[in-house]
Amino acid sequence: MKSFDYLRAGSTGEATGAGGAATRFIAGGTNLLDLMKLEVMTPDKLVDINRLDLKAIEETEDGGLRVGALVTNSDLAADPRVRRDYAVLSRALLSGATGQLRNMATTGGNLLQRTRCSYFYDTAMPCNKREPGSGCQAIGGYNRIHAILGASDSCIATHPSDMAVAMRALGARVEIEGTDGTRRTQDLGDFYRLPSDTPQVENALGEAELITAVILPAPVTSRQAYRKVRDRASYAFALVSVAAVVAVEEGKIARADLAFGGVAHAPWRNEAVEAILVGEAPSDALFDRAADTLLEKAKGQGSNDFKIPLLRRTLKATLRELTAEAAR
Amino acid sequence: MSETIIRKMQMDEPDERRVLDLTSQGLIGRPVTRPDGPAKVAGTASYAGEILPEGTAFGVLVRATIAKGKVASLDEASATAMPGVLGVFTGERFLRNPAQGGADAAPVQGASEVAYFGQPIGLVVGETYEDARHAAYTMGVTYEPADDASVDLDTAKSERPDAKQLDQGDLDAAMAGAAHGVDVTYTTTPDSSAPMEPHASVASWDEEGVLTLRGSYQMLRHNRIELADALGIETEKVRILAPFVGGGFGSKLGIAPEAVAASIAAKALKRPVVVAMTRQHVFEGTIRRSETSQRMRLCTDADGRLTGFGHDSKVSNLPGESFSEPLAMTTHFLYRGENRRIGHEIRRVNRTCAGSVRAPGEAPGMLATECAMDELAEVCGLDPIELRKRNIPDQQPENGTPYGTRLLAECLEEGAHRFGWADRKAPGERREGEWLIGMGVASAARTNMTAPASARVTLRADGTALVETDMTDIGTGTYAILTQIAGEMLGLPADRVEVTLGDTDFPPGSGSGGSWGASSTGAAVMLACEAVREQVCLRMGVEPSALTMRDGEAMAGNTRRTLEEVVGDEPVAATGDFEPGSTTEQRVMASYGAHFAEVAVNQTTGEVRVRRMLGVFSAGRILNERTARSQCIGGMIWGIGEALTEDLVHDPRDGHVVNRDLAEYHVPVNLDAPPIEIAFLEELEDWGSPIQSKGIGELGICGSGAAIGNAIYNACGVRIRDFPATPDKVLAGIISEEEAGRLSSGQEK
Ligand SMILES: Cc1cc2nc3c(=O)[nH]c(=O)nc-3n(C[C@H](O)[C@H](O)[C@H](O)COP(=O)(O)OP(=O)(O)OC[C@H]3O[C@@H](n4cnc5c(N)ncnc54)[C@H](O)[C@@H]3O)c2cc1C
Ligand code: SF4
Repeated sequence: MKSFDYLRAGSTGEATGAGGAATRFIAGGTNLLDLMKLEVMTPDKLVDINRLDLKAIEETEDGGLRVGALVTNSDLAADPRVRRDYAVLSRALLSGATGQLRNMATTGGNLLQRTRCSYFYDTAMPCNKREPGSGCQAIGGYNRIHAILGASDSCIATHPSDMAVAMRALGARVEIEGTDGTRRTQDLGDFYRLPSDTPQVENALGEAELITAVILPAPVTSRQAYRKVRDRASYAFALVSVAAVVAVEEGKIARADLAFGGVAHAPWRNEAVEAILVGEAPSDALFDRAADTLLEKAKGQGSNDFKIPLLRRTLKATLRELTAEAAR
Repeated sequence: MSETIIRKMQMDEPDERRVLDLTSQGLIGRPVTRPDGPAKVAGTASYAGEILPEGTAFGVLVRATIAKGKVASLDEASATAMPGVLGVFTGERFLRNPAQGGADAAPVQGASEVAYFGQPIGLVVGETYEDARHAAYTMGVTYEPADDASVDLDTAKSERPDAKQLDQGDLDAAMAGAAHGVDVTYTTTPDSSAPMEPHASVASWDEEGVLTLRGSYQMLRHNRIELADALGIETEKVRILAPFVGGGFGSKLGIAPEAVAASIAAKALKRPVVVAMTRQHVFEGTIRRSETSQRMRLCTDADGRLTGFGHDSKVSNLPGESFSEPLAMTTHFLYRGENRRIGHEIRRVNRTCAGSVRAPGEAPGMLATECAMDELAEVCGLDPIELRKRNIPDQQPENGTPYGTRLLAECLEEGAHRFGWADRKAPGERREGEWLIGMGVASAARTNMTAPASARVTLRADGTALVETDMTDIGTGTYAILTQIAGEMLGLPADRVEVTLGDTDFPPGSGSGGSWGASSTGAAVMLACEAVREQVCLRMGVEPSALTMRDGEAMAGNTRRTLEEVVGDEPVAATGDFEPGSTTEQRVMASYGAHFAEVAVNQTTGEVRVRRMLGVFSAGRILNERTARSQCIGGMIWGIGEALTEDLVHDPRDGHVVNRDLAEYHVPVNLDAPPIEIAFLEELEDWGSPIQSKGIGELGICGSGAAIGNAIYNACGVRIRDFPATPDKVLAGIISEEEAGRLSSGQEK
């Protein structure tokens, strides 16, 4: 591990003030420390943000929830309001990692966790994300966990988070504090970047900027599901996942907010898919049409080709489950 | 102390005395808890890298980042210029590959040649672990890569050693003329042993040039010789300590690079050096289980009696390595079939060394044979249990040797009864929503092996016994069973027996490998105790046949004395020496069993979840019902890994191990392990060991994966022939079953 300076920030201003290109915030450390030990990430300075006052889950004026960046994954999953109104989020969180990790992992850290691409993790391998311009060794290699949507010739990595997929379906916004102390919010969909030719740029966070919260909009009447397909029953990242917030009114689909994990560089959402569903009576044929649109530009890399049919089937099964009563 | 008496036994004939049935302490077979358990739970049992002498420096291995070639330069100056770095070590004595189990000689040495990606090529030592690691990861290394690296199995050079081929009768003709037959090829991916404790060694030298190595090793008597040979010093100058080992599963059978590196650096720096491998090093720099390809050709007469059995296998290893996954271990004796062909081909590849991983041979071998038997049962129109029972041979089908104890049929029957096998339905017929449910069965068999072993037993003045041997307890329960054997033989409750293991200053035990530890070192302890008992008789002036020892007292006729009285101030010590002998040729000996699995296959996604498992085993005398059971459960969970999740991936271009951590190399986790029921059938094997036990440590893996594979077929009609059965593979099968109209979509309900 490369030597680094350590600073414990007492205020958000102190944290952002201490930031810089070679500085990293450390929250739960469950991702950052692993990467530092392997020297995939080699910051000169760590700014510990764990003492900051960002641990609250508060109701917002418009009936939503503001989740502090340091709320742990365990606490967020267990919050009665989350379990009642945002069940998809609670389920997504509980499907991730393990109890020990979730106790450490934070909301902000989870959003910013890096890809699990094995070539990214091995400093002997070319990787455009780790070392821009060095190449992408996952292309033509073992890419079973890689992207089928939105990938580029520079990078085919996926974002591994379950939590972020659920948040994307819920229409969450990220609250960011800039170095000038002002806070802005940004839709999670705009926050994440696709790899294009700069896979090292993963999100809209500027240098030294701090995530202070995630804001969930007011809950909607819906049935929710998070369906995660994985190689073992627990403690495995999603091969594909579907977060769904669905409502059926008078036999017609009134809402179908869908986000997909394990398939792209960021939690994936495609409004065109939702538009096909809304206003229609649920049926297998309809779900297939939605899947056709979702997968229109899907491209396998060899070892991950299976994700294309898998995502279709998982989407259909999820929609079937959530519209089942209405269809009967 | 009086001179130590030596009691030897070579197993050239069965020992029908059944000594452990004549004693009366009542410890044998009981589910005695591990004496080492509390220390392990409390964290006070110290593993190799945890006891660091004053002044220990930290070493981190440098890995090669080419598949084959030479190290042109290891830029020592760039490393030593980094903060805290004490030195860089490499050289002719560095290990290139780890030693294979029982090698008794140094493995391939010389770190300037690279034979696989990830090979250790040097060691950086620093004042702190972090200093050393940073330098090891970033120091300058240049290579002269060879242009003939061989990482692709299909184009790799191949060998077919004569000694590993068998051609008996005419299999082709038998297949052609058979009433029923299958000709199918199974493949399995490489695996890692992935023990919980990464390999670690702490080396320190004294003024007399004696090296003490605290290591994490399975077979100290061999490791000592290997280490001394690697360093070019006399065996007597090496002492290895390994009182606790956090799992080995074969990867710690032979001395590994970190031990030699630590020893070399400690000598040069004149201070203790610890080298603990990172998880990534363990995956790429110790040993792996080879991938396999196995063509199974089985054929029967109209009654389902095997007339032919063919098992042609392909495995891989580094050029020059002697080990090759012995896939046909059980094929030689498990089923009948007069026309037999066993072929074995080794592909030479520049990939991490292949070696023994728990149940070498059987683990992947029985996946293929037992799934192929399931396929055969179907074409024969027979229940898979019935097919197996019809094909249990009267004598070894290749050389006519009689069998030792063998309760295979009984295990299958008992298992069928307990598991509710009669409720099994046809593929696709049991459904719960998206989940298709199925049951599978497989035989279990594991060749019984023993190894030379010695142990010393001393009856001490305070009426307690001390057992000393360099035998290891790699988490299996050796401390417990040796306590029980000594207590049983000397009439002492468990808390009056002290067992000390893992020190080469003690008599050499068998080591832990090949499931032979209990039967071999246990025999040595039994023999030593017999000699101690005779001394007790001499002191009491009674006949051995009249002696009863129980609860710390020795009784014969009207005489009754406490052991303190018998011992007085002259402890009684004896060494037991056990040697395998010609009984291994006189009898085919193996442990047997039957595996049953019920799985649920998700029709939407191809995910497989094991719902319950049952293993019924016959493995000779069960010395400790608790530790035996836990070995079997552990083995069966390995079977889940073999069948469903474990897949060590090599990059197709340079052979490097891609998934080098426990997040991406998937061992089954708690939620993957269903309720597992274990039952033992009573049996005593007189031909293997004087304590009538047989090997149990690897038995649970043998066939358990196949029971799962067969259950997948029974659930959904998809026959997986490429293990592990990850969702992608199962889903591909489900989709073709659906497209062929054999599997309904399940939506109509
Ligand atoms: C073995 C393993 C299995 C896992 N399995 C899953 C899984 O199945 N599903 C899943 O979703 N996740 C999984 N995870 C990932 C886990 O969820 C993340 O590691 C965790 O959420 C990261 O949170 P943290 O607080 O520990 O982040 P840290 O490691 O502390 O930080 C991660 C990154 O975020 C930055 N950061 C943290 N907080 C802020 C902030 N407030 N503002 C700006 N930057 C910030 C850090 O600088 C760093 O770059 C797994 C992890 C491991 C190790
Ligand atoms: S997929 Fe992305 S992260 Fe992986 S090697 Fe390629 S560039 Fe790096």
